[in-house]
Amino acid sequence: MTFGMYLWMTFGIFGTLAIFSFLYKDNPFYKFAEHLVVGVSAGYFVIILWHNGLTPNLFQRLADGDWYFLFLNSSRPEYLIPAFLGALMWTRFSQQYSWLSRWPMAMYIGIATGMAVPLEMANRINKQLFAMMNPIDFEHFFGTAGFDLLDPTSGLSQLIVFVGAMCALIYFYFSKAHEGIFGRVAKIGIYTLMIGFGASFGYTVMARISLFINRIQAIEAWRMVGFDNTNENYHSGFPIVFWVLMLGIVVYAIVEIVQYRNRPPETKQPAA
Amino acid sequence: MQFFERLMMMDRRWVFLFLAAVCFFTYYVEYDVPIYVEPETERIYTFIDSLPEGDIILLAIDYDPNSMAELHPMTYTIVEHAWRKNLRLIITALSQNGPGMADQAIRDISDSLAMPATYNGVEYPAREIVNGEDYVFLGYKPYYALVILGMGQDFRLPFPNDYYGTPLDSLPMMRRVVNYDHVACVISLSSGTISDGWISYGQGRFGFPLFFGLTGVMTAQYYPFYGSGQLSGLMGGMLGAAQYEFLADNYGLARDAMKVQLPAHVIIILFIIMGNVGYFASRRRERLGGVS
Repeated sequence: MTFGMYLWMTFGIFGTLAIFSFLYKDNPFYKFAEHLVVGVSAGYFVIILWHNGLTPNLFQRLADGDWYFLFLNSSRPEYLIPAFLGALMWTRFSQQYSWLSRWPMAMYIGIATGMAVPLEMANRINKQLFAMMNPIDFEHFFGTAGFDLLDPTSGLSQLIVFVGAMCALIYFYFSKAHEGIFGRVAKIGIYTLMIGFGASFGYTVMARISLFINRIQAIEAWRMVGFDNTNENYHSGFPIVFWVLMLGIVVYAIVEIVQYRNRPPETKQPAA
Repeated sequence: MQFFERLMMMDRRWVFLFLAAVCFFTYYVEYDVPIYVEPETERIYTFIDSLPEGDIILLAIDYDPNSMAELHPMTYTIVEHAWRKNLRLIITALSQNGPGMADQAIRDISDSLAMPATYNGVEYPAREIVNGEDYVFLGYKPYYALVILGMGQDFRLPFPNDYYGTPLDSLPMMRRVVNYDHVACVISLSSGTISDGWISYGQGRFGFPLFFGLTGVMTAQYYPFYGSGQLSGLMGGMLGAAQYEFLADNYGLARDAMKVQLPAHVIIILFIIMGNVGYFASRRRERLGGVS
Protein backbone atom coordinates (compact mmCIF):
# COMPACT_ATOMS: atom_id res chain seq x y z
CA MET A 1 0.00 0.00 0.00
CA THR A 2 1.31 3.39 -0.96
CA PHE A 3 1.34 6.42 1.33
CA GLY A 4 -1.43 8.04 -0.72
CA MET A 5 -3.63 4.94 -0.38
CA TYR A 6 -2.99 4.89 3.37
CA LEU A 7 -4.10 8.51 3.58
CA TRP A 8 -7.37 7.57 1.85
CA MET A 9 -7.76 4.64 4.23
CA THR A 10 -7.22 6.99 7.16
CA PHE A 11 -9.82 9.35 5.72
CA GLY A 12 -12.26 6.42 5.61
CA ILE A 13 -11.58 5.68 9.28
CA PHE A 14 -12.05 9.37 10.09
CA GLY A 15 -15.42 9.21 8.28
CA THR A 16 -16.40 6.14 10.30
CA LEU A 17 -15.56 7.80 13.60
CA ALA A 18 -17.28 11.01 12.50
CA ILE A 19 -20.51 9.13 11.75
CA PHE A 20 -20.41 7.19 15.03
CA SER A 21 -19.80 10.44 16.93
CA PHE A 22 -23.49 11.21 16.37
CA LEU A 23 -24.29 8.63 19.06
CA TYR A 24 -22.68 11.07 21.51
CA LYS A 25 -24.26 14.20 20.05
CA ASP A 26 -24.74 16.10 16.81
CA ASN A 27 -21.45 17.78 15.83
CA PRO A 28 -19.66 19.36 12.82
CA PHE A 29 -17.67 16.17 12.06
CA TYR A 30 -20.87 14.18 11.75
CA LYS A 31 -22.44 16.86 9.56
CA PHE A 32 -19.38 16.84 7.30
CA ALA A 33 -19.42 13.06 6.93
CA GLU A 34 -23.18 12.99 6.35
CA HIS A 35 -23.02 15.57 3.56
CA LEU A 36 -20.00 13.85 2.05
CA VAL A 37 -21.86 10.52 1.78
CA VAL A 38 -24.89 12.14 0.15
CA GLY A 39 -22.77 14.18 -2.27
CA VAL A 40 -20.48 11.33 -3.27
CA SER A 41 -23.46 8.97 -3.78
CA ALA A 42 -25.27 11.46 -6.02
CA GLY A 43 -22.14 12.28 -8.06
CA TYR A 44 -21.21 8.62 -8.45
CA PHE A 45 -24.73 7.74 -9.56
CA VAL A 46 -24.74 10.39 -12.29
CA ILE A 47 -21.45 9.12 -13.74
CA ILE A 48 -22.55 5.48 -13.55
CA LEU A 49 -25.84 6.33 -15.26
CA TRP A 50 -24.04 8.18 -18.03
CA HIS A 51 -21.44 5.50 -18.76
CA ASN A 52 -23.61 2.41 -18.11
CA GLY A 53 -26.99 3.67 -19.26
CA LEU A 54 -27.00 6.51 -21.76
CA THR A 55 -23.75 5.74 -23.57
CA PRO A 56 -24.27 2.04 -24.49
CA ASN A 57 -28.08 2.05 -24.66
CA LEU A 58 -28.64 5.32 -26.53
CA PHE A 59 -25.57 7.11 -27.87
CA GLN A 60 -23.85 4.01 -29.24
CA ARG A 61 -27.08 2.80 -30.85
CA LEU A 62 -27.46 6.11 -32.69
CA ALA A 63 -23.76 6.57 -33.33
CA ASP A 64 -23.86 5.56 -37.02
CA GLY A 65 -26.23 8.46 -37.82
CA ASP A 66 -25.35 12.09 -38.48
CA TRP A 67 -26.18 14.90 -36.09
CA TYR A 68 -27.23 17.20 -38.94
CA PHE A 69 -29.95 14.66 -39.85
CA LEU A 70 -30.84 14.52 -36.11
CA PHE A 71 -29.63 10.87 -36.23
CA LEU A 72 -32.71 9.92 -38.24
CA ASN A 73 -30.38 8.18 -40.71
CA SER A 74 -28.94 5.87 -38.03
CA SER A 75 -29.60 2.12 -38.22
CA ARG A 76 -31.72 2.25 -35.05
CA PRO A 77 -33.78 5.48 -35.43
CA GLU A 78 -36.50 4.11 -33.10
CA TYR A 79 -34.20 4.95 -30.19
CA LEU A 80 -34.92 8.62 -30.89
CA ILE A 81 -38.40 8.12 -29.38
CA PRO A 82 -37.20 7.31 -25.83
CA ALA A 83 -34.53 10.00 -26.25
CA PHE A 84 -37.23 12.55 -27.12
CA LEU A 85 -39.44 11.41 -24.22
CA GLY A 86 -36.49 11.59 -21.86
CA ALA A 87 -35.71 15.12 -23.02
CA LEU A 88 -39.31 16.13 -22.28
CA MET A 89 -38.66 15.40 -18.58
CA TRP A 90 -36.48 18.51 -18.53
CA THR A 91 -39.50 20.70 -19.27
CA ARG A 92 -40.34 20.46 -15.56
CA PHE A 93 -37.99 23.40 -15.10
CA SER A 94 -40.33 25.61 -17.18
CA GLN A 95 -43.63 26.74 -15.72
CA GLN A 96 -45.06 27.18 -19.21
CA TYR A 97 -44.11 23.79 -20.65
CA SER A 98 -43.91 21.56 -17.58
CA TRP A 99 -47.13 19.83 -18.67
CA LEU A 100 -45.10 18.15 -21.41
CA SER A 101 -43.22 16.13 -18.79
CA ARG A 102 -46.48 14.28 -18.08
CA TRP A 103 -46.16 12.39 -21.37
CA PRO A 104 -43.02 10.43 -20.49
CA MET A 105 -44.29 10.06 -16.92
CA ALA A 106 -47.60 8.68 -18.21
CA MET A 107 -45.80 6.29 -20.52
CA TYR A 108 -43.42 5.11 -17.80
CA ILE A 109 -46.18 4.62 -15.24
CA GLY A 110 -48.38 2.90 -17.82
CA ILE A 111 -45.67 0.44 -18.83
CA ALA A 112 -44.65 -0.20 -15.22
CA THR A 113 -48.24 -0.81 -14.14
CA GLY A 114 -49.03 -3.07 -17.05
CA MET A 115 -45.88 -5.04 -16.37
CA ALA A 116 -46.24 -5.15 -12.62
CA VAL A 117 -49.91 -5.93 -12.01
CA PRO A 118 -50.12 -9.44 -13.52
CA LEU A 119 -46.67 -10.53 -12.33
CA GLU A 120 -47.01 -9.09 -8.83
CA MET A 121 -50.50 -10.58 -8.50
CA ALA A 122 -49.33 -13.99 -9.67
CA ASN A 123 -46.10 -14.18 -7.71
CA ARG A 124 -46.60 -12.18 -4.55
CA ILE A 125 -50.26 -12.87 -3.83
CA ASN A 126 -51.51 -15.97 -5.66
CA LYS A 127 -48.45 -18.14 -5.05
CA GLN A 128 -48.41 -17.17 -1.38
CA LEU A 129 -52.11 -18.07 -1.12
CA PHE A 130 -51.53 -21.39 -2.89
CA ALA A 131 -48.64 -22.17 -0.54
CA MET A 132 -50.94 -21.62 2.44
CA MET A 133 -53.69 -23.78 0.93
CA ASN A 134 -51.46 -26.82 0.40
CA PRO A 135 -52.77 -29.94 2.15
CA ILE A 136 -51.00 -30.52 5.45
CA ASP A 137 -48.19 -33.01 4.95
CA PHE A 138 -49.00 -35.51 7.71
CA GLU A 139 -46.46 -37.96 6.31
CA HIS A 140 -43.65 -35.53 7.18
CA PHE A 141 -45.38 -33.81 10.06
CA PHE A 142 -42.24 -33.33 12.16
CA GLY A 143 -39.77 -32.69 9.33
CA THR A 144 -39.14 -33.76 5.74
CA ALA A 145 -35.78 -35.36 6.61
CA GLY A 146 -36.17 -36.79 10.09
CA PHE A 147 -37.33 -35.02 13.23
CA ASP A 148 -36.74 -31.28 12.83
CA LEU A 149 -39.13 -28.85 14.48
CA LEU A 150 -37.44 -25.91 12.72
CA ASP A 151 -38.04 -27.34 9.23
CA PRO A 152 -40.20 -24.73 7.46
CA THR A 153 -41.50 -27.30 4.96
CA SER A 154 -42.78 -29.82 7.56
CA GLY A 155 -46.49 -30.48 8.08
CA LEU A 156 -46.32 -28.87 11.52
CA SER A 157 -44.88 -25.66 10.02
CA GLN A 158 -47.64 -25.68 7.40
CA LEU A 159 -50.25 -25.99 10.14
CA ILE A 160 -48.70 -23.19 12.23
CA VAL A 161 -48.50 -20.90 9.18
CA PHE A 162 -52.11 -21.62 8.23
CA VAL A 163 -53.50 -21.09 11.73
CA GLY A 164 -51.31 -18.01 12.31
CA ALA A 165 -52.27 -16.42 9.00
CA MET A 166 -56.00 -17.01 9.55
CA CYS A 167 -55.85 -15.61 13.09
CA ALA A 168 -53.86 -12.56 11.92
CA LEU A 169 -56.46 -11.90 9.22
CA ILE A 170 -59.24 -12.15 11.80
CA TYR A 171 -57.41 -9.60 13.97
CA PHE A 172 -57.74 -7.09 11.10
CA TYR A 173 -61.48 -7.74 10.75
CA PHE A 174 -63.01 -4.73 12.51
CA SER A 175 -66.69 -5.13 11.55
CA LYS A 176 -67.28 -7.36 14.59
CA ALA A 177 -66.27 -6.64 18.17
CA HIS A 178 -63.27 -8.64 19.33
CA GLU A 179 -65.15 -10.51 22.08
CA GLY A 180 -65.69 -14.12 23.06
CA ILE A 181 -64.20 -16.81 20.80
CA PHE A 182 -63.69 -14.24 18.02
CA GLY A 183 -61.68 -12.08 20.42
CA ARG A 184 -59.54 -15.03 21.51
CA VAL A 185 -58.78 -15.96 17.91
CA ALA A 186 -57.89 -12.32 17.19
CA LYS A 187 -55.56 -12.44 20.21
CA ILE A 188 -53.75 -15.44 18.70
CA GLY A 189 -53.51 -13.30 15.55
CA ILE A 190 -51.80 -10.46 17.37
CA TYR A 191 -49.43 -12.92 19.06
CA THR A 192 -48.55 -14.24 15.60
CA LEU A 193 -47.88 -10.71 14.41
CA MET A 194 -45.73 -10.03 17.49
CA ILE A 195 -43.66 -13.16 16.78
CA GLY A 196 -43.14 -11.87 13.23
CA PHE A 197 -42.12 -8.42 14.46
CA GLY A 198 -39.83 -10.03 17.04
CA ALA A 199 -38.07 -12.07 14.35
CA SER A 200 -37.59 -8.90 12.28
CA PHE A 201 -36.29 -7.04 15.34
CA GLY A 202 -33.81 -9.82 16.14
CA TYR A 203 -32.48 -9.80 12.59
CA THR A 204 -32.33 -5.98 12.65
CA VAL A 205 -30.23 -6.04 15.82
CA MET A 206 -27.89 -8.52 14.15
CA ALA A 207 -27.68 -6.26 11.08
CA ARG A 208 -26.81 -3.17 13.11
CA ILE A 209 -24.19 -4.98 15.15
CA SER A 210 -22.80 -6.42 11.88
CA LEU A 211 -22.25 -2.90 10.56
CA PHE A 212 -20.38 -1.99 13.73
CA ILE A 213 -18.25 -5.16 13.63
CA ASN A 214 -17.37 -4.43 10.02
CA ARG A 215 -16.10 -1.02 11.09
CA ILE A 216 -14.07 -2.63 13.90
CA GLN A 217 -12.53 -4.92 11.29
CA ALA A 218 -11.75 -1.89 9.10
CA ILE A 219 -10.16 -0.01 12.01
CA GLU A 220 -8.07 -3.06 12.90
CA ALA A 221 -6.94 -3.44 9.26
CA TRP A 222 -5.97 0.26 9.23
CA ARG A 223 -4.04 -0.10 12.48
CA MET A 224 -2.21 -3.17 11.23
CA VAL A 225 -1.22 -1.53 7.93
CA GLY A 226 0.03 1.50 9.87
CA PHE A 227 2.52 -0.55 11.88
CA ASP A 228 3.33 -3.42 9.51
CA ASN A 229 6.94 -2.61 8.67
CA THR A 230 7.35 -5.99 6.92
CA ASN A 231 5.21 -4.62 4.08
CA GLU A 232 7.46 -3.78 1.11
CA ASN A 233 5.57 -0.52 0.56
CA TYR A 234 5.81 0.46 4.23
CA HIS A 235 6.32 4.17 4.71
CA SER A 236 7.60 5.80 7.89
CA GLY A 237 4.72 8.28 7.57
CA PHE A 238 2.11 5.56 8.25
CA PRO A 239 2.39 5.60 12.07
CA ILE A 240 2.56 9.42 12.03
CA VAL A 241 -0.77 9.59 10.21
CA PHE A 242 -2.18 7.01 12.66
CA TRP A 243 -1.10 8.98 15.72
CA VAL A 244 -2.23 12.33 14.24
CA LEU A 245 -5.78 10.96 13.95
CA MET A 246 -5.59 9.46 17.44
CA LEU A 247 -4.36 12.81 18.81
CA GLY A 248 -7.23 14.59 17.06
CA ILE A 249 -9.72 12.27 18.77
CA VAL A 250 -8.13 12.83 22.19
CA VAL A 251 -8.10 16.64 21.72
CA TYR A 252 -11.77 16.58 20.69
CA ALA A 253 -12.64 14.47 23.75
CA ILE A 254 -10.76 16.88 26.08
CA VAL A 255 -12.52 19.91 24.54
CA GLU A 256 -15.88 18.21 25.04
CA ILE A 257 -15.09 17.34 28.69
CA VAL A 258 -13.96 20.94 29.41
CA GLN A 259 -17.11 22.33 27.79
CA TYR A 260 -19.23 19.89 29.80
CA ARG A 261 -17.58 20.93 33.06
CA ASN A 262 -17.97 24.66 32.30
CA ARG A 263 -21.61 24.35 31.22
CA PRO A 264 -23.99 26.82 32.91
CA PRO A 265 -25.87 25.38 35.89
CA GLU A 266 -29.28 23.95 35.06
CA THR A 267 -32.13 26.17 36.28
CA LYS A 268 -35.14 24.39 37.67
CA GLN A 269 -38.39 25.12 35.85
CA PRO A 270 -41.11 26.47 38.14
CA ALA A 271 -43.94 24.02 38.68
CA ALA A 272 -46.93 24.66 36.46
CA MET B 1 -34.25 6.42 44.33
CA GLN B 2 -34.62 2.72 43.62
CA PHE B 3 -32.08 0.87 41.51
CA PHE B 4 -34.50 0.17 38.66
CA GLU B 5 -35.73 3.78 38.56
CA ARG B 6 -32.16 4.94 38.30
CA LEU B 7 -31.71 2.39 35.53
CA MET B 8 -34.71 3.79 33.66
CA MET B 9 -33.23 7.30 33.84
CA MET B 10 -29.74 6.28 32.74
CA ASP B 11 -28.32 8.19 29.75
CA ARG B 12 -28.56 5.83 26.77
CA ARG B 13 -25.08 6.88 25.66
CA TRP B 14 -23.67 4.75 28.49
CA VAL B 15 -25.39 1.77 26.85
CA PHE B 16 -23.78 2.62 23.48
CA LEU B 17 -20.37 3.03 25.11
CA PHE B 18 -20.67 -0.23 27.04
CA LEU B 19 -21.76 -2.14 23.94
CA ALA B 20 -18.91 -0.65 21.87
CA ALA B 21 -16.42 -1.59 24.60
CA VAL B 22 -17.73 -5.17 24.69
CA CYS B 23 -17.50 -5.42 20.88
CA PHE B 24 -13.92 -4.10 20.77
CA PHE B 25 -12.83 -6.27 23.69
CA THR B 26 -14.29 -9.51 22.33
CA TYR B 27 -12.88 -8.82 18.86
CA TYR B 28 -9.37 -9.07 20.26
CA VAL B 29 -10.05 -12.21 22.33
CA GLU B 30 -9.22 -15.41 20.48
CA TYR B 31 -12.06 -17.91 20.63
CA ASP B 32 -14.27 -19.73 18.14
CA VAL B 33 -18.06 -19.74 18.05
CA PRO B 34 -19.76 -22.96 16.91
CA ILE B 35 -21.85 -22.42 13.77
CA TYR B 36 -25.23 -24.13 13.36
CA VAL B 37 -25.97 -24.34 9.62
CA GLU B 38 -29.59 -23.78 8.67
CA PRO B 39 -31.04 -25.91 5.84
CA GLU B 40 -31.88 -22.84 3.72
CA THR B 41 -28.18 -21.87 3.61
CA GLU B 42 -27.07 -25.45 3.11
CA ARG B 43 -29.29 -25.74 0.01
CA ILE B 44 -27.39 -22.89 -1.67
CA TYR B 45 -24.04 -24.48 -0.89
CA THR B 46 -25.15 -27.96 -1.96
CA PHE B 47 -26.62 -26.66 -5.22
CA ILE B 48 -23.44 -24.81 -6.20
CA ASP B 49 -21.21 -27.63 -5.03
CA SER B 50 -23.07 -30.18 -7.15
CA LEU B 51 -22.95 -28.21 -10.42
CA PRO B 52 -20.72 -29.71 -13.15
CA GLU B 53 -17.63 -27.80 -14.29
CA GLY B 54 -18.31 -25.04 -16.81
CA ASP B 55 -21.88 -24.37 -15.72
CA ILE B 56 -22.88 -20.73 -15.46
CA ILE B 57 -24.30 -18.97 -12.40
CA LEU B 58 -25.85 -15.52 -12.59
CA LEU B 59 -24.70 -13.62 -9.50
CA ALA B 60 -26.53 -10.36 -8.88
CA ILE B 61 -24.54 -8.10 -6.54
CA ASP B 62 -27.55 -5.91 -5.81
CA TYR B 63 -26.29 -3.89 -2.86
CA ASP B 64 -24.58 -0.60 -2.12
CA PRO B 65 -21.45 -0.11 -0.01
CA ASN B 66 -23.66 0.60 3.03
CA SER B 67 -24.56 -3.11 3.12
CA MET B 68 -21.03 -4.39 2.56
CA ALA B 69 -20.72 -5.59 6.14
CA GLU B 70 -23.32 -8.31 5.69
CA LEU B 71 -23.31 -9.07 1.98
CA HIS B 72 -19.68 -8.69 0.95
CA PRO B 73 -18.61 -11.84 2.87
CA MET B 74 -21.32 -13.73 0.95
CA THR B 75 -19.97 -12.41 -2.37
CA TYR B 76 -16.40 -13.36 -1.49
CA THR B 77 -17.17 -16.87 -0.35
CA ILE B 78 -19.69 -17.73 -3.10
CA VAL B 79 -17.51 -16.40 -5.93
CA GLU B 80 -14.42 -18.18 -4.62
CA HIS B 81 -16.39 -21.39 -4.14
CA ALA B 82 -17.72 -21.18 -7.72
CA TRP B 83 -14.36 -20.41 -9.27
CA ARG B 84 -12.56 -23.12 -7.31
CA LYS B 85 -15.15 -25.53 -8.74
CA ASN B 86 -14.44 -24.21 -12.27
CA LEU B 87 -17.89 -22.71 -12.62
CA ARG B 88 -18.42 -19.55 -14.65
CA LEU B 89 -20.20 -16.41 -13.52
CA ILE B 90 -22.32 -13.72 -15.10
CA ILE B 91 -22.28 -10.86 -12.62
CA THR B 92 -24.65 -7.91 -12.53
CA ALA B 93 -24.85 -4.99 -10.10
CA LEU B 94 -28.37 -3.59 -10.20
CA SER B 95 -27.97 -1.25 -7.25
CA GLN B 96 -26.86 2.22 -8.29
CA ASN B 97 -23.82 2.61 -6.04
CA GLY B 98 -22.69 -1.00 -6.32
CA PRO B 99 -20.77 -1.48 -9.61
CA GLY B 100 -17.42 -0.03 -8.48
CA MET B 101 -17.55 -2.04 -5.28
CA ALA B 102 -18.48 -5.21 -7.19
CA ASP B 103 -15.63 -4.64 -9.64
CA GLN B 104 -13.18 -4.28 -6.77
CA ALA B 105 -14.46 -7.48 -5.16
CA ILE B 106 -14.08 -9.41 -8.44
CA ARG B 107 -10.47 -8.25 -8.74
CA ASP B 108 -9.72 -9.16 -5.10
CA ILE B 109 -11.17 -12.66 -5.45
CA SER B 110 -9.38 -13.18 -8.81
CA ASP B 111 -6.13 -12.35 -7.01
CA SER B 112 -6.86 -14.86 -4.24
CA LEU B 113 -7.42 -17.59 -6.87
CA ALA B 114 -3.78 -17.08 -7.92
CA MET B 115 -2.85 -18.99 -4.74
CA PRO B 116 -3.51 -22.70 -4.21
CA ALA B 117 -5.90 -23.52 -1.38
CA THR B 118 -7.36 -26.48 0.47
CA TYR B 119 -11.03 -26.43 1.39
CA ASN B 120 -12.86 -29.34 3.05
CA GLY B 121 -9.79 -31.50 2.49
CA VAL B 122 -9.72 -30.89 -1.28
CA GLU B 123 -6.63 -29.24 -2.74
CA TYR B 124 -7.38 -26.62 -5.38
CA PRO B 125 -4.47 -25.50 -7.54
CA ALA B 126 -3.81 -21.85 -8.34
CA ARG B 127 -5.53 -20.64 -11.46
CA GLU B 128 -5.82 -17.45 -13.44
CA ILE B 129 -9.29 -15.96 -13.69
CA VAL B 130 -9.87 -14.46 -17.12
CA ASN B 131 -12.49 -11.83 -17.87
CA GLY B 132 -14.75 -13.06 -20.65
CA GLU B 133 -13.90 -16.71 -20.07
CA ASP B 134 -14.44 -17.32 -16.36
CA TYR B 135 -16.76 -14.41 -15.74
CA VAL B 136 -18.55 -11.54 -17.39
CA PHE B 137 -19.33 -8.42 -15.40
CA LEU B 138 -22.35 -6.70 -16.89
CA GLY B 139 -22.46 -3.76 -14.48
CA TYR B 140 -25.43 -1.52 -13.73
CA LYS B 141 -28.54 -0.49 -15.59
CA PRO B 142 -31.38 1.56 -14.13
CA TYR B 143 -34.95 0.24 -13.60
CA TYR B 144 -34.19 -3.24 -12.36
CA ALA B 145 -37.61 -4.64 -13.30
CA LEU B 146 -37.01 -3.88 -16.98
CA VAL B 147 -33.46 -5.19 -16.76
CA ILE B 148 -34.56 -8.48 -15.16
CA LEU B 149 -37.28 -8.96 -17.78
CA GLY B 150 -34.91 -7.93 -20.59
CA MET B 151 -32.26 -10.47 -19.54
CA GLY B 152 -34.98 -13.13 -19.79
CA GLN B 153 -35.14 -12.46 -23.54
CA ASP B 154 -31.49 -11.75 -24.21
CA PHE B 155 -28.68 -10.48 -22.00
CA ARG B 156 -27.70 -8.20 -24.88
CA LEU B 157 -30.93 -6.18 -24.67
CA PRO B 158 -30.18 -4.36 -21.42
CA PHE B 159 -26.42 -5.00 -21.65
CA PRO B 160 -25.10 -4.61 -25.20
CA ASN B 161 -21.63 -4.18 -23.62
CA ASP B 162 -20.13 -5.41 -20.40
CA TYR B 163 -19.08 -3.04 -17.58
CA TYR B 164 -15.73 -2.40 -19.28
CA GLY B 165 -17.33 -1.46 -22.62
CA THR B 166 -16.64 -4.73 -24.49
CA PRO B 167 -19.54 -5.95 -26.68
CA LEU B 168 -21.00 -9.14 -25.21
CA ASP B 169 -20.74 -11.00 -28.53
CA SER B 170 -16.98 -10.59 -28.53
CA LEU B 171 -16.63 -12.32 -25.13
CA PRO B 172 -15.93 -16.07 -25.56
CA MET B 173 -18.06 -17.05 -22.56
CA MET B 174 -21.17 -15.33 -23.94
CA ARG B 175 -21.10 -16.84 -27.45
CA ARG B 176 -23.78 -19.45 -26.84
CA VAL B 177 -25.36 -17.76 -23.84
CA VAL B 178 -28.59 -15.93 -24.63
CA ASN B 179 -30.81 -15.73 -21.56
CA TYR B 180 -31.75 -17.41 -18.26
CA ASP B 181 -32.17 -20.75 -20.06
CA HIS B 182 -28.39 -20.93 -20.16
CA VAL B 183 -27.70 -20.31 -16.48
CA ALA B 184 -27.98 -22.96 -13.76
CA CYS B 185 -29.40 -20.56 -11.18
CA VAL B 186 -29.61 -16.95 -10.12
CA ILE B 187 -28.15 -15.83 -6.79
CA SER B 188 -29.18 -12.33 -5.75
CA LEU B 189 -27.31 -10.70 -2.88
CA SER B 190 -29.61 -7.83 -2.18
CA SER B 191 -30.15 -5.00 0.27
CA GLY B 192 -33.35 -3.54 -1.16
CA THR B 193 -36.46 -3.99 -3.23
CA ILE B 194 -34.50 -5.52 -6.13
CA SER B 195 -35.07 -8.89 -4.48
CA ASP B 196 -38.83 -8.35 -5.00
CA GLY B 197 -38.04 -7.82 -8.67
CA TRP B 198 -36.15 -11.10 -8.88
CA ILE B 199 -39.16 -12.93 -7.37
CA SER B 200 -41.87 -11.29 -9.49
CA TYR B 201 -40.16 -10.52 -12.78
CA GLY B 202 -37.43 -13.15 -12.71
CA GLN B 203 -38.30 -16.42 -10.99
CA GLY B 204 -42.05 -15.96 -11.39
CA ARG B 205 -41.78 -15.20 -15.10
CA PHE B 206 -38.91 -17.48 -16.17
CA GLY B 207 -38.88 -20.19 -13.49
CA PHE B 208 -35.14 -20.49 -12.78
CA PRO B 209 -33.86 -21.64 -9.37
CA LEU B 210 -33.49 -18.47 -7.29
CA PHE B 211 -31.32 -18.08 -4.20
CA PHE B 212 -31.13 -15.02 -1.97
CA GLY B 213 -28.51 -13.55 0.31
CA LEU B 214 -30.17 -10.73 2.22
CA THR B 215 -29.37 -8.16 4.86
CA GLY B 216 -30.60 -9.05 8.33
CA VAL B 217 -33.28 -6.37 8.26
CA MET B 218 -34.91 -7.96 5.21
CA THR B 219 -34.53 -11.64 5.98
CA ALA B 220 -37.65 -12.31 8.06
CA GLN B 221 -39.98 -10.89 5.42
CA TYR B 222 -38.61 -13.21 2.70
CA TYR B 223 -39.07 -16.51 4.56
CA PRO B 224 -42.63 -16.90 3.20
CA PHE B 225 -41.13 -17.08 -0.31
CA TYR B 226 -38.81 -19.84 0.83
CA GLY B 227 -41.74 -21.69 2.38
CA SER B 228 -43.76 -21.39 -0.84
CA GLY B 229 -40.89 -22.75 -2.94
CA GLN B 230 -40.35 -19.54 -4.90
CA LEU B 231 -36.92 -19.30 -3.31
CA SER B 232 -34.72 -22.38 -3.42
CA GLY B 233 -32.41 -21.13 -0.65
CA LEU B 234 -31.88 -18.15 1.61
CA MET B 235 -28.99 -16.65 3.59
CA GLY B 236 -29.79 -14.05 6.20
CA GLY B 237 -27.32 -11.37 7.21
CA MET B 238 -23.86 -11.94 8.58
CA LEU B 239 -24.98 -15.19 10.20
CA GLY B 240 -25.96 -16.58 6.79
CA ALA B 241 -22.58 -15.54 5.40
CA ALA B 242 -20.82 -17.22 8.34
CA GLN B 243 -22.79 -20.42 7.73
CA TYR B 244 -21.75 -20.43 4.07
CA GLU B 245 -18.12 -19.78 5.03
CA PHE B 246 -18.37 -22.69 7.47
CA LEU B 247 -19.76 -25.02 4.78
CA ALA B 248 -17.15 -23.90 2.25
CA ASP B 249 -14.41 -24.25 4.89
CA ASN B 250 -13.32 -20.73 3.94
CA TYR B 251 -12.74 -18.69 7.10
CA GLY B 252 -13.66 -15.11 6.27
CA LEU B 253 -14.86 -11.85 7.76
CA ALA B 254 -18.30 -13.19 8.67
CA ARG B 255 -17.02 -16.07 10.82
CA ASP B 256 -14.51 -13.70 12.32
CA ALA B 257 -17.41 -11.44 13.30
CA MET B 258 -19.45 -14.17 15.00
CA LYS B 259 -17.26 -14.02 18.12
CA VAL B 260 -18.42 -10.40 18.54
CA GLN B 261 -22.04 -11.00 17.53
CA LEU B 262 -22.57 -13.54 20.29
CA PRO B 263 -21.58 -11.39 23.33
CA ALA B 264 -23.16 -8.29 21.74
CA HIS B 265 -26.50 -10.11 21.46
CA VAL B 266 -26.22 -11.42 25.01
CA ILE B 267 -25.59 -7.86 26.25
CA ILE B 268 -28.54 -6.49 24.27
CA ILE B 269 -30.84 -9.23 25.58
CA LEU B 270 -29.71 -8.47 29.14
CA PHE B 271 -30.38 -4.76 28.62
CA ILE B 272 -33.85 -5.53 27.23
CA ILE B 273 -34.64 -7.73 30.25
CA MET B 274 -33.31 -5.09 32.69
CA GLY B 275 -35.26 -2.34 30.93
CA ASN B 276 -38.48 -4.34 31.11
CA VAL B 277 -37.95 -5.30 34.73
CA GLY B 278 -37.25 -1.63 35.54
CA TYR B 279 -40.38 -0.53 33.70
CA PHE B 280 -42.65 -3.02 35.43
CA ALA B 281 -41.04 -2.41 38.84
CA SER B 282 -41.54 1.38 38.60
CA ARG B 283 -45.12 0.87 37.38
CA ARG B 284 -45.80 -1.39 40.33
CA ARG B 285 -44.46 1.25 42.74
CA GLU B 286 -46.69 3.84 41.13
CA ARG B 287 -49.70 1.58 41.51
CA LEU B 288 -48.92 0.97 45.18
CA GLY B 289 -48.94 4.73 45.77
CA GLY B 290 -45.25 5.50 45.66
CA VAL B 291 -43.62 8.30 43.73
CA SER B 292 -45.39 9.35 40.55
